[in-house]
Amino acid sequence: MNASPHIVTKLDTAKTMKFVLLALVPAFCVSIYVFGPRVIAVTAVCVVASVFFEWLYEKIMKKPVTIGDFSACVTGVILAFNLPSSMPLWMAVIGCGVSIIIVKQMFGGLGKNFANPAIVGRIVLMLSYTTQMTTWPVPRGVDGTTGATPLALMESGQHLASLKDMFLGMTGGCIGEVSALALIIGGVFLIVKKIIDPIIPCSFIGTVFVFSLLYYGIKGSDAGALHMAVYNILAGGVMLGAFFCATDYVTSPIMNNGKLIFGIGCGLFTMIIRLFCSYPEGVSFSILFMNLFVPLIDSVTMKRYYASLYGGAKK
Amino acid sequence: MSSYAKHLHSIDAGHYKNTAACETEVMPVPDVVRIPLSQHIGKPCDPVVQKGDEVKVGQLIGDTDAFVSAPIHSSVSGTVTGIDKIRSANGGYDTRVVIETDKKQTPWEGIKKPEITDFQSFIKAVRDSGLAGMGGASFPAHVKFNPKNLDEVDTLVVNGAECEPFITSDHRTMLEATQDVIDGALTIMKWMGMKQGFIGIEDNKQDAIAKLNKLLSEQNVQNLKTFPLPAKYPKGAERVLIYEVTGRRVDAGMLPADAGVVVSNVSSVAFLGQYFRDGMPLIQRRVTVDGNAVANPKNVMTLFGTSVKDLIDYCGGYKKPPKKIIMGGPMMGRATISDEVSIIKNNNAILCFDAEQAYIPEETACINCGRCHAACPFNLAPMKFAEAYKHKDVEKLQELQIMQCMTCGSCSFVCPARRPLCFTNTLAKGLVKEAGKK
Repeated sequence: MNASPHIVTKLDTAKTMKFVLLALVPAFCVSIYVFGPRVIAVTAVCVVASVFFEWLYEKIMKKPVTIGDFSACVTGVILAFNLPSSMPLWMAVIGCGVSIIIVKQMFGGLGKNFANPAIVGRIVLMLSYTTQMTTWPVPRGVDGTTGATPLALMESGQHLASLKDMFLGMTGGCIGEVSALALIIGGVFLIVKKIIDPIIPCSFIGTVFVFSLLYYGIKGSDAGALHMAVYNILAGGVMLGAFFCATDYVTSPIMNNGKLIFGIGCGLFTMIIRLFCSYPEGVSFSILFMNLFVPLIDSVTMKRYYASLYGGAKK
Repeated sequence: MSSYAKHLHSIDAGHYKNTAACETEVMPVPDVVRIPLSQHIGKPCDPVVQKGDEVKVGQLIGDTDAFVSAPIHSSVSGTVTGIDKIRSANGGYDTRVVIETDKKQTPWEGIKKPEITDFQSFIKAVRDSGLAGMGGASFPAHVKFNPKNLDEVDTLVVNGAECEPFITSDHRTMLEATQDVIDGALTIMKWMGMKQGFIGIEDNKQDAIAKLNKLLSEQNVQNLKTFPLPAKYPKGAERVLIYEVTGRRVDAGMLPADAGVVVSNVSSVAFLGQYFRDGMPLIQRRVTVDGNAVANPKNVMTLFGTSVKDLIDYCGGYKKPPKKIIMGGPMMGRATISDEVSIIKNNNAILCFDAEQAYIPEETACINCGRCHAACPFNLAPMKFAEAYKHKDVEKLQELQIMQCMTCGSCSFVCPARRPLCFTNTLAKGLVKEAGKK
């Protein structure tokens, strides 16, 4: 016996996570084509390491083992997608350890972490192994040849990558971020399946677009402001971040207004870091930064919403 | 004050209307009926018969002076053999009049067509009929039809949405007692002075809509219309239905009459249509019997006081061991303690689930996905209620408008972590009410 309702939907947490994994398949395939088989190795190591760390921590702490919910798999894949394919595997394992043990489990496991585990894992690797994290194999290149990412090209004022290459994924970059097309396919799939809400990705990408349009419109650019705006939404981790990292349920707001604020904030900080700071890329920092605001955004948007809908708390 | 979107949030809870095509069968009179004296919201009735009394069909057996109450009539003819008590699903005890039937179903001599000449005699007739909302809430109809602001009430909404999965008893009522539905609705509108009436029906019951439309146009009825609703859960919840049909908002703490509306379930309305014609009080209803533990799911015209067990036996008995027996629908119905309980006025369905169908997976951690919020018809945030309830934070619960929750169960249904959010809401509402009393 239990209280009503007596039936529940078939869509559970594990199924949700499987949908996310499925949505990442196009980007994975493109990446294998662009960077070769090492992509598979890095991704596989990340997934196995993430699941292992989750299992290990829960065994040691005598908690119920929750690797069946596939959330560690998703973290592993997303972290791998944020690494260059030439990343030494042992470093990737360290990244997974940081993500799963420090960021996720130590804060109470799934649902309790305040920051996106994969994003923090990436940032820790970025700061600890900067050289390896910024050595980018060139697309379809022979082993060992490296080049610059579109954002590094932009930062250093050299020639720009072609928009078509960036859209399809024929540029340097992390495993999962290169092909905007593949990521959009995955993102739209998740939106259609109602796994994620379009507000965060749209406002994130939209803000990056508008901000760079204004910036280059005022400052002026050889390629034209519109070109630079498109360049900025296709470059770096914007697509990956907007569709797959910023939309992480645990670390994003609930209310639609809150999602809008969150998405705009992510876009804003991404562009501030790209244009005015010494890092060429700002997606992961901006998401982490906005993660910290989620409890505040939630509490303020809810309070305002319910007060306006029902005229304040009634006794 | 901001308002809702045009349509309130709803969910796809599945339909499982397995018995929609099953014409209602009349169950033979059981050997014994046990008629509970509390079949409505409000004060239970006191028995007006004693052990050894002979009773006939439609004879008064329970009544009280209390305003919010509905009299109870015998559903059979036979001999009263005693008064018993049984543990009820909400933890209390139900007093029941036990009648051994003579199977002759002799009608009581006092049955006659009610004479209605004005509003007061209409209300008295409704009270005498014993009607208490047959949709589930079981609110005494004569109280509902007698609002303080009668002049401001201009709209009748007949609830034929039947949004709960499995149940088809209202659907069958609309198909089998179509004229009664129309007669009942028009009579209510006439005496309450309402200018318009709507019969809200989910659009998965096209046959019922078509049949009602046909009769309405043949009889040239202008002020009563069918209103197709999207077949989603919970379009049949009173506040949701009013908003969808009339665009008027009824928040918690308000009565539908405050928005100028009276809502009545379609089976209640059909009963009134019959009652105004022949005067036989409420003694039976259509009950949907379904669930995978029942041999032959069907719709059964069941006399009140029939035990669930007798009803299931009529439907071929259990084909698998029942794990859970639900009175009502799977979303808001109540699991019973045993199959010894009796069928009462608001009992639109009996669902017997085997272990597999009744299985609800174990609760896991909230992943903050917000699906409960997206599912809530009133845009509430159940996961935040659960958090605030854990900390017994009454102020927070009030700020989040917990009292607006109508415990429709949508949040629990959609939760991918299988958290019993709806149950927590019920507990949290109790907590806020308690705090309000202090």
